[in-house]
Amino acid sequence: MKRIFIYLKPKLKRIFAGLTIKTIGTLMDLVIPWILAYMIDTVVPQKSVRLIILWGFIMVICSICALLGNVIANRMASAIARDTTLKIRHDLFSKITHLSCRQTDEFTLPSLISRLSTDTYNIHQMIGMIQRMGVRAPILLVGGIIVTMTLEPVLTLVMLCTIPPLAFIVWSVAKKGVKLYTALQRQIDRMVRIVRENVAGIRVIKALSKTDYEKDRFGKVNSDVVAAEKSAKYNMAISNPAMNLFLNAGLTFVILVGAFRVNAGISQTGKIIAFMTYFTIILNALLSVNRIFMIVSQGSASANRISRVLDSPDEFTTGAPDHKNTGGFIDFEDVSFSYSGPGAVPQLKNISFSLKKGQTLGIIGPTGCGKSTLIQLLLRFYDADAGTVRIDGDDVRSLSLDRLRSKFGIVFQNDFILSDTIEENIVFGRHIGEREVLESIKNAQAFEFVDELDKGLNHMLTARGTNVSGGQRQRILISRALAADPEILILDDSSSALDYKTDAQLRNAVNENYFETTTIIVAQRVSSISHADLILVMDGGKIVGAGTHEELLNTCDEYKLIADSQMGEDMMEGGADDE
Amino acid sequence: MSKHQKKPVNKKYILSRLWKYIYHFKWLVAAAVFLTISSNVLALLGPALSGRAINAIEPGKGMVDFKSVFFYCALMLVFYIVSSVLSFILSRLMIKLSQNIVYKMRKDLFDKLLDLPVGFFDSTHTGDIISRISYDIDTVNASLSNDLLQICTSVITVGGSFLGMLFISPKLLLVFAVTIPVTIVFTKLRTAKVRPLFRIRSRKLGELNGFSEEMVSGLKTIKAYRRENAMIERFDRVNTDAAQAYYNADYYGSTVGPSVNFINNLSLVLVSAGGAIFYLFSMMTLGDVSAFVLYSRKFSGPINEAANILSELQSAFAAAERVFSLIDELPEKADAPNAEDIADIKGSIRFDHVKFGYGEKEIIHDLSFEVKPGSTVAIVGPTGAGKTTMINLLMRFYDVNSGAIYLDGRDIRTLTRKSLRRTFTMVLQDTWLFGGTIAENIAYGSDGADRDAVISAAKAVNIHEYISSLPDGYDTVISDEGVNISKGQKQLITIARAMLLNSPMLILDEATSNVDTRTELQIQESMNKLMEGRTSFVIAHRLSTIQNADMILVIRGGDIAECGTHEELLKKDGIYSGMYRSQFK
Repeated sequence: MKRIFIYLKPKLKRIFAGLTIKTIGTLMDLVIPWILAYMIDTVVPQKSVRLIILWGFIMVICSICALLGNVIANRMASAIARDTTLKIRHDLFSKITHLSCRQTDEFTLPSLISRLSTDTYNIHQMIGMIQRMGVRAPILLVGGIIVTMTLEPVLTLVMLCTIPPLAFIVWSVAKKGVKLYTALQRQIDRMVRIVRENVAGIRVIKALSKTDYEKDRFGKVNSDVVAAEKSAKYNMAISNPAMNLFLNAGLTFVILVGAFRVNAGISQTGKIIAFMTYFTIILNALLSVNRIFMIVSQGSASANRISRVLDSPDEFTTGAPDHKNTGGFIDFEDVSFSYSGPGAVPQLKNISFSLKKGQTLGIIGPTGCGKSTLIQLLLRFYDADAGTVRIDGDDVRSLSLDRLRSKFGIVFQNDFILSDTIEENIVFGRHIGEREVLESIKNAQAFEFVDELDKGLNHMLTARGTNVSGGQRQRILISRALAADPEILILDDSSSALDYKTDAQLRNAVNENYFETTTIIVAQRVSSISHADLILVMDGGKIVGAGTHEELLNTCDEYKLIADSQMGEDMMEGGADDE
Repeated sequence: MSKHQKKPVNKKYILSRLWKYIYHFKWLVAAAVFLTISSNVLALLGPALSGRAINAIEPGKGMVDFKSVFFYCALMLVFYIVSSVLSFILSRLMIKLSQNIVYKMRKDLFDKLLDLPVGFFDSTHTGDIISRISYDIDTVNASLSNDLLQICTSVITVGGSFLGMLFISPKLLLVFAVTIPVTIVFTKLRTAKVRPLFRIRSRKLGELNGFSEEMVSGLKTIKAYRRENAMIERFDRVNTDAAQAYYNADYYGSTVGPSVNFINNLSLVLVSAGGAIFYLFSMMTLGDVSAFVLYSRKFSGPINEAANILSELQSAFAAAERVFSLIDELPEKADAPNAEDIADIKGSIRFDHVKFGYGEKEIIHDLSFEVKPGSTVAIVGPTGAGKTTMINLLMRFYDVNSGAIYLDGRDIRTLTRKSLRRTFTMVLQDTWLFGGTIAENIAYGSDGADRDAVISAAKAVNIHEYISSLPDGYDTVISDEGVNISKGQKQLITIARAMLLNSPMLILDEATSNVDTRTELQIQESMNKLMEGRTSFVIAHRLSTIQNADMILVIRGGDIAECGTHEELLKKDGIYSGMYRSQFK
């Protein structure tokens, strides 16, 4: 919640101005009944039509002021809510893009998504509501109490006795509310996750006729969400009736005490009657205050979730320069790593190799052997637990993330497609001219099929690229990687959907046109890496063979086994053209 | 969603839809109405009692009738306690009611979602769907639980006050004959203006959520390319749109309350000035004027309140519209009325002059071929040639435009989808696991498979050892982004799932693309066993699976270019043999 105040602070002047205008509007609203009473009690007995019209006119003016004041203030409040939300959402999103991978793993993606959406929405609502409701209630409350004080201080004090227990109830309900609403948001995270899963797996679910099962599964989460929301709201439901009860009980005591005082001749009946009129106003104001508390406790559950993201420390700091002349361009020096941190079963064990500039590295090995992990360390998505990863002699930890990652062009397995044009997907928000784009799609062997699309590069891709085939998707992604003429090109199992011939053409194009680029290819097909200057054969997080294709055929049984099994394969689709 | 955007549905339609949900819980609603009335009446009795108490105090110094005062005070306390308890029960009841409705609405929405054709998911942002299930339904819910009661109470009060005023002075009531129509017209105009704005607000929020979902899913790539700032810029645009749309709706929405208040104030001025003048001309007593004014205050209060919740109602309407528009999406075409379940099948498949396209463009033109029971068909061809489309047709994710597909001589459109799909086991390139344990994931689809069956399936695909090495073994929960499990391991799990399913027919769409060759070799035997005696459709790059196929279909541009066994096609010296030889160059 503190966070939100920090965001509101620069807007204090505007908020204050808005609240002042709102106060004027509200006061006008309150003055009107007063004038009315004055008219009936004082003006009418004077029997002057002119005076009546004059006072009527004054009331009209007050009404106009009330209208203007409230409208202007409401709009200012909306603007402030808008600007604050904009800023919070912006900061949250940019923080999310800068979280380390370990941190995103911890928060989990669905939770980050719902923090960006539902939680920021709650905040938006809260900021608007507080400003709108936060004026009238306190004015009525304070005003009411002051008037009753002047009427009958003793009776007012009797009534005020009920305030401390009330405050305690409201406060503890609100406090518990924050916890319950946090729990609710957690359940919503789960729901979001199941919806995402279902959307992603709809084909499998339908193929296996598991829709009923999934409906049940969602049904469970649905009831959990409903249960969490119920308990959050049930908790809140106590405060209103409790307030009514306490205040009305207070009123009853006021009458009782009043009876004694009247009997003793210290007070008059009229005062007690007037007291009761104001009492209604005070009660209503308190109920509004309570509503504000309810909104705030829901809002602060969301605020806390947002703050937790915003407050997470920057995990990656750029270390002191650490340069070593290794003679290589990419060096792994005895690197070990585990996703669960040091001490756990490592995904990579004592990896060492060296690659010169412009060379090509091929990595092959069984699923789960650590191929992709190695890439993640090179890009510094994670830091190695032991050992050093060097690029051009520099420890990757000593380079700024910007400098480090600007060296790479990379395609991951099942990489990310924006729902935008093909061109935008290749440019990817970088400063890349049309010429480079064209060149990159030619080299990525994507030119032909792009050219055949009605709108060419302006063809709109759907989210996840579902409106092009797997092979086409991969070629668009490879174009993206090539477009900026990267120092290091990484293809992480990203030509698997390409037929043999296209794959070969792609390799040739990269060799010819990007000879200065150091290339790393992770693949399962020997043919994709057999031309590499260095091939690493990995198994169980270790390097079990290193060398060229020919060397490995003689020295590494694992490699020979893979190569033999693939002889005469990978032929399908060759020579055929795309649609 | 824009594609699915229908003409704005009218208010009546949405109301009638909402009413159905409310009606579903009619007993809860009845109880709520009863409680509302009784707690209101009790609350009104309180002041009456206090009046009695004050009457007892009235005589003044030394004359107070303490007996009565105590009596009425005690009674007041009892009434207030009862009234508070009732209102507590009422609010719990309303929470229960609205949560029941939310549950049902969300369930309907999700159930519908799963019945939609797969094409819907290809063209809709996940985030937008999530936005409907969470935010939109919440908005409807908030409105249902707060506004409904408010409206009920308002109607009662307004009706009562109107009667009261009618008795006192029908002439003065004429003032309202002016102001009430003004209020109504004004509100109508405002609503017409504000409703589209709220609709935009809901839509923009949906877009924001869709965008967030998309971006968060692509975080790693964005980081790798250092495109954080570019994406933040994009996000800012969507963010600004959403916040501005919210503001725009608020900008006009928030004027409704004060404006209606203004009109009420004006009528108050007219009533009091008019009343005063009537009094001057001796047409009314002063007491009548003040009673009339009191009633008119009572009268306009709820109208005011109603105008205030109007904007809330508008956003609820916009949200409900989005919810219902998804519920109203056309589901997969229902099974033919006389569709039959199919169980024991031999497994012969025939495509008969099949034509199909997802949209305007035809992808498959006049495709005909026949597959004998138990044989293996390899489908070969460039990406985008229509291989996956064939599978989509076979599974009836889509129906053919013309022609027909026959299973054991029966048009598959005469079969229930469920039983048809049951006859296939499908392993896809895009592995899909859900957030359950590994064992649950393997047993997914085979109801009631025990642990032993799961383990033997895992052993068959060579993943048993890996699973056993995990601290929780088969009970390891597959986490969201599954850092603990690689793509290939995921695929092995899905293959194990297929092993366990034991359906008469098999579809392998690049099933082993994420599995390394060594592992593939190791599971080859089990794969062969899996295919044995089953009609199998195989899409693959790798030769080993294709070479032994009983029939190879070379698909090109949606047509069969060549067809035959490996040897036959090599002899033919056509495309296939060209492709085959190109790898030895």
